[in-house]
Amino acid sequence: MFQSPDFEQLKKQIQCSTASDVERALNTTRLNLDDLAALISPAAEPYLQQMAKKSSEITLARFGRTTQLYAPIYLSNYCTNRCVYCGFSADNRIKRKCLTFDEAENEAMILHKRGFQHILLVSGEAENAVDVEYMEAIALRLRDKFAAVSIEIQPMSTEHYHRLFLAGITAVAVYQETYDRDMYKQVHLSGKKSDFDYRLETPARVAEAGMREVGIGALLGLSDWRAEGLAIGHHLNWLRKEFWSTAFTVSFPRMRPATGEFEPLEIVSESNLSQLIFALRLFDQDVGLIVSTREEARYRDGMLKLGPTRYSAGSCTAPGGYGETDSEAEQFSVGDHRTLDEVSAMIRDKGFDPVCKDWDCSFQMNNV
Amino acid sequence: MLTIAGTEFSSRLFLGTGKFSSPSVMAEAIAASDCQMVTVALRRVDLDNPDDDIMKALSQREYTFLPNTSGARNAEEAIRLAHLARAASGSSWLKLEVTPDPRTLLPDPIETLLATEKLVKDGFIVLPYMNADPILALKLQDVGAAAVMPLGSPIGTNQGVLSDAMVEIIIEQARVPVVVDAGIGAPSHAAYAMEMGADAVLVNTAISIAGDPVAMAAAFAKAVEAGRTAFVAGMGQRSKQASASSPVDGTLSSDLGFLA
Repeated sequence: MFQSPDFEQLKKQIQCSTASDVERALNTTRLNLDDLAALISPAAEPYLQQMAKKSSEITLARFGRTTQLYAPIYLSNYCTNRCVYCGFSADNRIKRKCLTFDEAENEAMILHKRGFQHILLVSGEAENAVDVEYMEAIALRLRDKFAAVSIEIQPMSTEHYHRLFLAGITAVAVYQETYDRDMYKQVHLSGKKSDFDYRLETPARVAEAGMREVGIGALLGLSDWRAEGLAIGHHLNWLRKEFWSTAFTVSFPRMRPATGEFEPLEIVSESNLSQLIFALRLFDQDVGLIVSTREEARYRDGMLKLGPTRYSAGSCTAPGGYGETDSEAEQFSVGDHRTLDEVSAMIRDKGFDPVCKDWDCSFQMNNV
Repeated sequence: MLTIAGTEFSSRLFLGTGKFSSPSVMAEAIAASDCQMVTVALRRVDLDNPDDDIMKALSQREYTFLPNTSGARNAEEAIRLAHLARAASGSSWLKLEVTPDPRTLLPDPIETLLATEKLVKDGFIVLPYMNADPILALKLQDVGAAAVMPLGSPIGTNQGVLSDAMVEIIIEQARVPVVVDAGIGAPSHAAYAMEMGADAVLVNTAISIAGDPVAMAAAFAKAVEAGRTAFVAGMGQRSKQASASSPVDGTLSSDLGFLA
């Protein structure tokens, strides 16, 4: 099993990196974890332009002039976990809702009409609302209407993931939130999610179950973002060696100060976030890098050719939000409010192709 | 230190024992190379006969013997040979070679995978000789190979590491050690493989047919060490464009002016 490196050690290693370490990393093709540490260190900040250039060249060579697009569907905001940063936390007095199968299909078909072929099903962790049977039933309803259906729900067993794979789920995203074990304990007050190790081992269970793609990441703003980045590098490296036929993506959910919302414990600037994205691109040329609508349109437009490979668009983070507007029960507020058409037009303006379909349900059809 | 199946090796040069002018020259060359792992063809030696020419010549020092199934044309033959070798020597180490074409002696990927899976189940420490195919390397590792041995170029050709683009991928992806085997004709070829990050190289013909095999063995030892040191030190990137050692700042195409 993957052993998460000691977070304090990672911080120290990063702080020890020098300008010459950064230059060495910028001049190698096969980067190791020491190179990654250098590129996310403060010593690399003056090299951000060079990193952007290299990241953009690699991304162009490996992914071409394309950006993949997807949209999330929030199925349920019931949650038995108490997590200090999350809008769905069990303590929060919000309107709770779990979509019926018909409602979920209705939401999906709204997105389908808007042109989406790849959807991400999201829910809070509450086994009595959303369990493997519920997800399986929804997957079976949606599988032939979409090219790809991914999920971002509570961690499951390998057997349950395999059932969902057979039902047509292609990919699973499960973010560690923070690789800082102590901070993890402080922000996950109770509920199943408070088990750091069970969550850490989840990407391996997903891959073992046969899923095509696994998404990992950390919630930026809980602990030292540089050490989170290096921990992600360690995790990715281990997963790649163990599960060579699985594709991997990394997401960068970044918390920002906002009234009425959880105040981030660490401020991560756009420049910091960019440094992290460039560094991971240089470290792993083929990993999918996802930037969601948490980020503002200006930032997403600017980053377009520089490293990220997948954007969400037209997102609503409340259950049933596409059919009816109800921002009270959102998980977090969105920074880029443009529709799929508007985001697609921006991508085309920059000479790239917005790709909505990059998979086909028939790959998994014969598994029934 | 290189570790294969729990055994540590300080030398990253493995030697073959074929084609030497005499067992004594072979023993002297192997001693000069400081290598700790030697491969012997099962069809050439009597592992359980202490008076066997090759075994006798090598008895002066401690080597890890890596019997090979050279001559086997399919999995069945290789498996049979392996069991005979273990019965004779008591050792489970095995360099698996399955080469149906006696002319090129190129390894059969399908039979090699089948034989590896079976021999690992039978308790062997299997190091399969293979074409430089990254997917095959991953599959061999998944069925339990202790290391993989991709070829640099066809055996005995001294052409060096022509398969470098594929060997590079194998090295990057493998969880088990990667030993570049076959085709290494000069110390510079060995150094190149080691610079790429290979865990070890196996050399035979280049040493055994050299004008002075003993001196050539020593040269290979130095090259392997130099290549390894260079890899660990971190090599600079190769580029077709010139790049100034003391660069002057220029304009860059990736504008970051949008950042808040």
